[in-house]
Amino acid sequence: MNWPVAAIEYPLDVFQRILQNGPHMTIANDFSGEVEPFRLSMLINDKRYRSYTLQIITIALFMLAVGWLVSNVVANFAERGKTFSFAFLWEPASYDINQRLIEYTSRSPHWLAAVVGILNTLVLAFLGCIAATIFGVAIGVMRLSKNWLVSRLMTVYIEGFRNVPVLLWILLASTAFSAMLPAPRQAPVLAGGFVPTNRGFYVPAPVWENGSGILVVVFLASLVGAWLFGRWAKTKQAATGEILPVFWIRLAIIVLPVILFYFLLGRPIGLSLPELKGFNFQGGGFVRNSFMALWIALSLYTAAFIAENVRSGIQAISKGQTEASYSLGLPPNRTMNLVILPQALRIIIPPLISQYLNLTKNSSLAIAVGYMDVTGTLGGITLNQTGREMETLLLLMLFYLVVSLLISGVMNVYNSSVAIKER
Amino acid sequence: MKTKLLALALGTAALATVNTSASAATLDDVKAKGFMQCGVSTGVPGFAFTDDAGDWQGFDPALCRAVAAAIFGDPKAVKFTPTTGKTRFTALASGEVDMLARNTTETFSRDVDLKFTFAPVNYYDGQGFMVRKSLGVTSALNLDGATICIQTGTTTELNLADYFRANNMKYEPVPIETNAEAQEKYLANACDVYTTDASGLAATRAAFEKPDDHVLLPEIISKEPLAPLSRHGDDQWADIIKWTLNALINAEELGVTAANADDMKANSKLPAVRRLLGAEGDFGTKLGLGNDWSINAIKAGGNYGEIFEKYIGPKTAIGLERGLNRLWNKGGILYAAPLR
Repeated sequence: MNWPVAAIEYPLDVFQRILQNGPHMTIANDFSGEVEPFRLSMLINDKRYRSYTLQIITIALFMLAVGWLVSNVVANFAERGKTFSFAFLWEPASYDINQRLIEYTSRSPHWLAAVVGILNTLVLAFLGCIAATIFGVAIGVMRLSKNWLVSRLMTVYIEGFRNVPVLLWILLASTAFSAMLPAPRQAPVLAGGFVPTNRGFYVPAPVWENGSGILVVVFLASLVGAWLFGRWAKTKQAATGEILPVFWIRLAIIVLPVILFYFLLGRPIGLSLPELKGFNFQGGGFVRNSFMALWIALSLYTAAFIAENVRSGIQAISKGQTEASYSLGLPPNRTMNLVILPQALRIIIPPLISQYLNLTKNSSLAIAVGYMDVTGTLGGITLNQTGREMETLLLLMLFYLVVSLLISGVMNVYNSSVAIKER
Repeated sequence: MKTKLLALALGTAALATVNTSASAATLDDVKAKGFMQCGVSTGVPGFAFTDDAGDWQGFDPALCRAVAAAIFGDPKAVKFTPTTGKTRFTALASGEVDMLARNTTETFSRDVDLKFTFAPVNYYDGQGFMVRKSLGVTSALNLDGATICIQTGTTTELNLADYFRANNMKYEPVPIETNAEAQEKYLANACDVYTTDASGLAATRAAFEKPDDHVLLPEIISKEPLAPLSRHGDDQWADIIKWTLNALINAEELGVTAANADDMKANSKLPAVRRLLGAEGDFGTKLGLGNDWSINAIKAGGNYGEIFEKYIGPKTAIGLERGLNRLWNKGGILYAAPLR
């Protein structure tokens, strides 16, 4: 006989039953004793079934709600004789868009208008996140400054921006630009061909001529060179303790060859300067006020939140770390860069992700100042001219969902690269 | 298990929808509510504005009041909802308003695709351009490279794109939500040109501090037949709007005014006048209204001509000429079907 080892601890009656039925009987059955007949009341009274009951009721209610919503929409669509179709996306859009990063005319289809809008949204979100991070980190660090005036000023800034709706900041920035800057015909041409007007900022733009390709290759090569130098300097520091002025040498590696080749190749990159012709300045680049207003307002607003994240991240690092670093003889800026910030980043990044998402989603306020983002093109003019509310809004929601998930995906990868490595 | 649940959910939902979809007879709904809901624009001088007491006045609200008077005998039984170029169709389609009386152009896609029913045209308009006199521009063909303020979500946006494309010119569109915003941008010189319906331009210019510094260019680049509209599928309701407007235009043609309507009804021997004022026939009953529907509508704000003169005519600050909107027998194209 092959007795189960645990059998020693069985109560006596179970032991007897095993003897009667043989050792192959399952232990679980032994403990429940007689199989209790299932009664309906057990769905509520019996702990084993109660949670299933509640879950099934909840999911049934949820599906009822969803089903009601869907069939309501279907019924109302049918009643108004509306169809659900995305065919309108291939019809000509028939409207013009002022800021377009790709080829687009009023004869292009609606989907291309949507793409133009998407690119405008992405440019705004990308530049906005960069500016917000730079401002936010600087302000957050300054808020912790021992200088009374600086830290108070930053507190005022943070509380001011955080507690006023971002739409008001956007409108304020836009009104300030159109009311305070001169019209093109009165506008001064500032140094370097930069012209501020109440319609936007005209800036000199590069003109790529023959040989500029080589210059780009040289520039990329020097970037690689600078990176390699950085690695070499690090190994050298690790081996000998000697610290090189890495920043300046890197700058020289990047800038000098480009300047040298620029003159060797006979100045292949020209500048097109804006000139007053007719109603507006022509030539050069043009940054519209709507973009500037949004960019500035969104990044300053989000910077206030990021500053608080940075401050809390830094303050979460125990003071002992700073003291230990000082006692090792590290000066304050190195203490910040090498000891405090790398640890603080772990705390800062997760909330930073949600600030990036907020900025991206807030960019949909663009239509308030006439910036043609995707909400303005697909969710604005296209919706209005075609009357396809349901389709365009679903597409819009899908777009913001995908972009938000992508941003948090990328940031999560970065987060795991700086997160504490448990070994 | 799951599929059964789904079937159950959908089944219950199908029952539930019966209550939520808007009922088809707008007139019954309106009568039950005791007032009509009318969508107007957010504000165009002369056409739709609020007076000192906060009541909506103007060429468009006057039509809403006439319809309300036709239904209830009370021109005040209207609730006005200001709508922008973007929100107006959603407001009408969702039942938030019962009719739209705001400078809305009748087009094929709005009629057929968006499923709206247009009443006869109550203002024949066309898209024009306004510029500063100091620019020295005399024709729209000189506008190559200009920055143009335009109300987004309107037909003018599409006409503008077509016109500049056809004439091989470039422009910089500045999309704006409302007339007030456009006015502010234009006056701040953030755009060289403001384009919308010529009537709207004249009305907007009239409200400027120095109207003479701005000119309307001679080109009218589109046809903009502005008409009141309601939802597809309720012919009775559409008929009420249509024939109220026709009654106002016919009243002008027959010389019936707010002041003399009662007198004409009692004493006029002309059959057309007697039919119009309900002294003969039962047109009102056939519409589902009282037989005094038309005389109430006329007494609400006067006939078409009176409304025009009061709010936007040459004697007002807006100063619009009748032009195309004269009666057909006075050199215009306003031609209302007879009550017969």
